[in-house]
Amino acid sequence: MSHSGIPADVSRRQLLVRSAAIAAMVGPGSALAAGCAAGGSSKSQTGTTSAGNPFGVKADAPLDVYVFKGGYGDDYAKAFEAMYTAKFPAAKVTHTGAQDITGDLQPRFNAGNPPDLIDDSGAKQLKLDVLHTNGQLTNLDQLLDAPSIDDASKKVRDTLLPGTIGIGQFGQNMFSLNYAFTVWGLWYSKSLFQKNNWTVPKTWDEFMALCATIKATGMPPFCHQGKYPYYMMVPLMDLVAKAGGEEAMKAIDNLQPGAWKTDVVKQSVDAIYALVDKGYMLPGTEGLTHIESQTAWNQGKAAFIPCGSWLENEQLKATPAGFDMAVMAMPPMTGDKMPANSIRSGAGEPFIVPAKAANQAGGLELMRIMCSKAGGASFAQNANSLSVVKDSITPEIAAKLKPGTKSSNDLLTAANGSTITWNYVNWYSAFETDLENAMGELMANRIKPDQFITRAQAAADKCAADSSIQKFTRA
Amino acid sequence: MRLRKRTRQRLFIATFLAGALTLYSAFVLWPYAETFGYSLTDWSGVAPPSKIVGLQNYTKLFGDDVFRQALLHNLLLLVFLPIVTILLALFFAFMLNVGRGGRGVAGVRGVTGSAFYRVVFFFPQVLSVAILIILFQAAYRSDSAGLFNGIAIKLGLTDKNHPLEWLNSPGTVMWCIMAVLVWAMVGFYLVLFSAAMQSIPRDYFEAALLDGASRSETFFRVTVPLLWDSIQTAWVYLAIAAMDAFALVSTLTPGTSYGGGPDHHGEVLATYLMRNFLTFGKAGYACAMGVVIFLITLILSLVVLRVTRRERVEF
Repeated sequence: MSHSGIPADVSRRQLLVRSAAIAAMVGPGSALAAGCAAGGSSKSQTGTTSAGNPFGVKADAPLDVYVFKGGYGDDYAKAFEAMYTAKFPAAKVTHTGAQDITGDLQPRFNAGNPPDLIDDSGAKQLKLDVLHTNGQLTNLDQLLDAPSIDDASKKVRDTLLPGTIGIGQFGQNMFSLNYAFTVWGLWYSKSLFQKNNWTVPKTWDEFMALCATIKATGMPPFCHQGKYPYYMMVPLMDLVAKAGGEEAMKAIDNLQPGAWKTDVVKQSVDAIYALVDKGYMLPGTEGLTHIESQTAWNQGKAAFIPCGSWLENEQLKATPAGFDMAVMAMPPMTGDKMPANSIRSGAGEPFIVPAKAANQAGGLELMRIMCSKAGGASFAQNANSLSVVKDSITPEIAAKLKPGTKSSNDLLTAANGSTITWNYVNWYSAFETDLENAMGELMANRIKPDQFITRAQAAADKCAADSSIQKFTRA
Repeated sequence: MRLRKRTRQRLFIATFLAGALTLYSAFVLWPYAETFGYSLTDWSGVAPPSKIVGLQNYTKLFGDDVFRQALLHNLLLLVFLPIVTILLALFFAFMLNVGRGGRGVAGVRGVTGSAFYRVVFFFPQVLSVAILIILFQAAYRSDSAGLFNGIAIKLGLTDKNHPLEWLNSPGTVMWCIMAVLVWAMVGFYLVLFSAAMQSIPRDYFEAALLDGASRSETFFRVTVPLLWDSIQTAWVYLAIAAMDAFALVSTLTPGTSYGGGPDHHGEVLATYLMRNFLTFGKAGYACAMGVVIFLITLILSLVVLRVTRRERVEF
């Protein structure tokens, strides 16, 4: 208290009086300033529309871009901005890559001067439903109905992968462009497999046989991000979906009584539990974080790990040279109802254009650039992830991609539209949390498959009976 | 206008109190009142509450197994955290200040190297919670690469294929969290008690020494009674910390949203509250929990202050 840089001749008492006086002056003043800011909203800058400029971007209007700098970094966004500047050389583009989106942008939304394009992701994202309810989001249907940059006869909506539009909709209109396309599967190191002469398993039996072979060499075959049992739920529910098809997915998503008490579920839970029971897990993996387990996998401490396609970029620094990561679909079991190559995939990383953006047309145009094939290719190279732009990975581009991203693209192509989707994960978060807790116990070998199924059914019944949870129906 | 001196004085005091009271009302009292109000509604947390549900959230709360489990864990912390921390801090403070034994030593001093120990003990207090978390994440790591597992394997307590799970084991998770809390807090209370000990006149200790009191007698009959005020304060602070523990539990224990695992064995009220508030969209229910935590903390503080009230010695 005494050494805080206060001149010695200012007494403590004087200081108190002065600071009180300053507080009295500043207090109302700052409230006034905030009040002014909240009231004002700048005029949108628009030029004239044309075929090549469907939103009427004013060529010299500045563009303000704010992106979440997370797993994908923000180099990809700079690449998009460069494409924008190439088209509108007079426009001054401001780029911000940061994490504290709510902290940075909530005041700007309140003040009526939000950026023109935002990647609203990460732990501190502004909740989209809240922004939407308050009329802060631009309806992106105008983007979907605009002509594609690559082919003016096509609309942007026809150039996006299936599922992209639905996930960004509130009601009938799209308000966020979920741009990154994620595929899930089991990851392995190609070079490790080649060195040991292991072949990628085509069926569940082959997979288990390979696990036995790998274990015999002294390497644990499997590891997972045990601290977050969410990760192990994905392979389990992939098996359930493949074995039971749409029927099983519908029953579980719709919280039907007895949906978990089927042979399909039993067979899948047994299969997953066999990895624990046969000692195929990296010892201790059930308590590791995602980074710890993925890094252990990178260091060759285990052969397989389940994950989404963000894995490559997340582990970029931890991956040794020549590791050559690749992803495969969950191996099919006999009697499966879905094709062997079916995978879980979906769009994520929501981009928005605020309704009060000063250069709304510019924000929309930048999105249109992102939805071009060149945009998708640029994202794949700079963010090491697939985008929702159809056919953007040409063979020439694929040759330039990192191995994991290339492999994800191959997996997506092989799946040929056969997609596993589970809705309960997003619809009923309390139910998902109950399932994850049970999964954690199963992976730690503290409960057996039968107990897991009993708990899962109980959690589903509890969710179905809770009138405070809004229910949805999978048609 | 000339006011009487007394009036001026009162006005002066009131002016300063007004500022503090306004701030306190705006940032403490009003949020509490709002929380109580929201706890009577079905608020989802993202849109204004649609209806008032009365005390329904509270009745639900007492039938909620997870809530009861979390409450039990907080009570466990409440019992052990203050006792262990205060006893350790008192012991260390005593050793550092008056612990040097042996007759014929002129004056009363701490054990050899006490200046060094003082810094070492206070060190954890300087670290931010974020650093603590990273540190203990590595120490408690559940595979053979963890610090504690490395030691356990070296000592032959277990082998590399059966590492101990620490934070991922139902039986140990709360004790692991408590150990971190104690480790982080002991230094602060050590300093608090040291300062209090130094204000005890030396001659008391010298008199005890001359009368032939042993170290433990000096500790229990002279030091502890004279430090009672500080111990009481420490107890209240630690009890409040025990009711919280959010930062450590939400990050160190397993579970996707705010930890609390494995399977609620590491759950505390604050993590369950946050999960209901932000993840499950049951903000009204979470507010009811907040009110219950507030009441428990309030009652505890009052009880501790009342029960431990003793005669005060002026020096």
